[in-house]
Amino acid sequence: MPMTITEKIFAAHCGENEVKPGQLIEAEVDIMMCHDVTTPPAISMLKNAGIPPIFDPDRIVATPDHFQPAKDIKSAELLKRFDTWCRENNLKHYYPVGKAGVCHALLPEQGHIRPGEIIVGGDSHTCTYGALGAFSSGVGSTDLAAAIATGSLWFRVPESMKITLKGSLKHGVFSKDIVLDVIRQIGTDGARYMAMEYVGDTLAELSMESRMTITNMAIEAGGKNAIMAVDDTVREYLKGRLKNDAPYNEYQSDPDAEYASFVEVDCDKLEPLVALPHLPSNGKPIGEVKGMAMDQCYIGSCTNGRIEDLRLAAQIMKGKQVAIRTIIVPATPDIWAAALKEGLLQIFYDAGCVVSAPTCGACLGGFMGVLAAGDKCISSTNRNFVGRMGHPESEVYLASPATAAASAIEGKLTDPRPYLN
Amino acid sequence: MATAHVYKRDNVNTDEIIPARYLNTDDPAELATHCMEDLDKDFMNKCKPGDVVVCGDDFGCGSSREHAVWAIKGAQVKAVIAQSFARIFFRNCINCGFYPIELKDAVNLINDGDDIDIDLVNGVIKNNTQGKDIKFNPLPEFAINIIDNGGLLKHISKKQ
Repeated sequence: MPMTITEKIFAAHCGENEVKPGQLIEAEVDIMMCHDVTTPPAISMLKNAGIPPIFDPDRIVATPDHFQPAKDIKSAELLKRFDTWCRENNLKHYYPVGKAGVCHALLPEQGHIRPGEIIVGGDSHTCTYGALGAFSSGVGSTDLAAAIATGSLWFRVPESMKITLKGSLKHGVFSKDIVLDVIRQIGTDGARYMAMEYVGDTLAELSMESRMTITNMAIEAGGKNAIMAVDDTVREYLKGRLKNDAPYNEYQSDPDAEYASFVEVDCDKLEPLVALPHLPSNGKPIGEVKGMAMDQCYIGSCTNGRIEDLRLAAQIMKGKQVAIRTIIVPATPDIWAAALKEGLLQIFYDAGCVVSAPTCGACLGGFMGVLAAGDKCISSTNRNFVGRMGHPESEVYLASPATAAASAIEGKLTDPRPYLN
Repeated sequence: MATAHVYKRDNVNTDEIIPARYLNTDDPAELATHCMEDLDKDFMNKCKPGDVVVCGDDFGCGSSREHAVWAIKGAQVKAVIAQSFARIFFRNCINCGFYPIELKDAVNLINDGDDIDIDLVNGVIKNNTQGKDIKFNPLPEFAINIIDNGGLLKHISKKQ
């Protein structure tokens, strides 16, 4: 039977020759991603249930990120529970404060994601890793606890949606605009329960980082996972990076594999998009919304807090002054260090930005840039739900780091293209 | 006998069910005090133990935070009836031993304040106010087993 990449990965992990959409299976999990908000409850659950706590400590990659460094006393206590557990269990892949970064930027960067593997994480944006040809999906604390304890988890094999990217992105248009367009087309539940498989000529033009921006936001369309086949860009990215350098499995979808639905993005025609409050599916071309006054700009997060994003923001801000408070959050310590070395931090300082330590921070209304009632924020993050970045009466506008940076300079929603000439 | 709290809304997301500013705790009783806060500030004043929440499509979309289910369970809500559920929230409900009821056209079949009873075994919602029985599709047996065992971890303990 012809199968998609996602189906092939599941079949290989449940000891079957083939699996079908809708089938319930028990599959081996290769990596469990653990962070400070959802893991402490999982640890408590395991203790309370009297289940032997860890199936294989080497499969766990742990980093605090949401509220690190601790934002208040309660989160300090969560972080302490997390830290104690990681140390007591001698986790080999633990990134304590100082090494810690936004999980979905950190795990691929540090070589924990291998094509063909199954990764679950206690965070909805775990779908990011599909850019490397792996199955990855966000789960709750109970699922995470079960995977930690047993090394496996139940799954319903998802139907697949084929998303074809054709053409070339024009100057000033980025992968964030692609994914905002997909979500605009299909809606926030358009891919509910589904595997979102990206194919098409445009992919070859996209860097690994740009691809991760697309897979990162699968959950914003309700997707179970996003996946892209391994190509030379992936192979090159993984060279010398993988913690486990045994050969990995590259899966391709069969030409006659079945898809439940099809979506197409014509990248030639795509313009910079801004998703207006309060849904990621409210994408509008910048031309329709430019001029709207903003109070804050936020560039960071697992969606767009990588070095490529910071370079782009710095290119736009160099020699200019921001007109609104602007917060730059490098997603990992290595990205922070690269930004320092490349002189990007100086550019941000000169432009009047605040540069924070790596953290999820204000993306989810935690700290380091939380919004007041009535505040409008142009943000390179992933969600603009009511209250997402602070007060329920604040507003979040989602866009690429370029659109966010240009808007920071003008103090209003701004087309980034003139700034990139 | 339960009162239905109906929100004629799609995409009620986890940030509305339990805002991230309260995720610095995992205590269900404390989470419950903020349950649905950004959707309806008055929710915890209106909701009595055993009441039911009714919503449109894609309930629980957004974050994977199981805190959303704990907040609802902590508020002693008996069930959530939605036209459809977001995937991770749906899974989290089952794993926590909480019944997510999928019902087409739910927000039109049940009015805010209706008095209802839910028969989980036979898949029937009795709308006492309107004098109607509404059928719903029960969950697959696999999921019911997990719920009946009190959630995924207890289910696994039993198997081991």
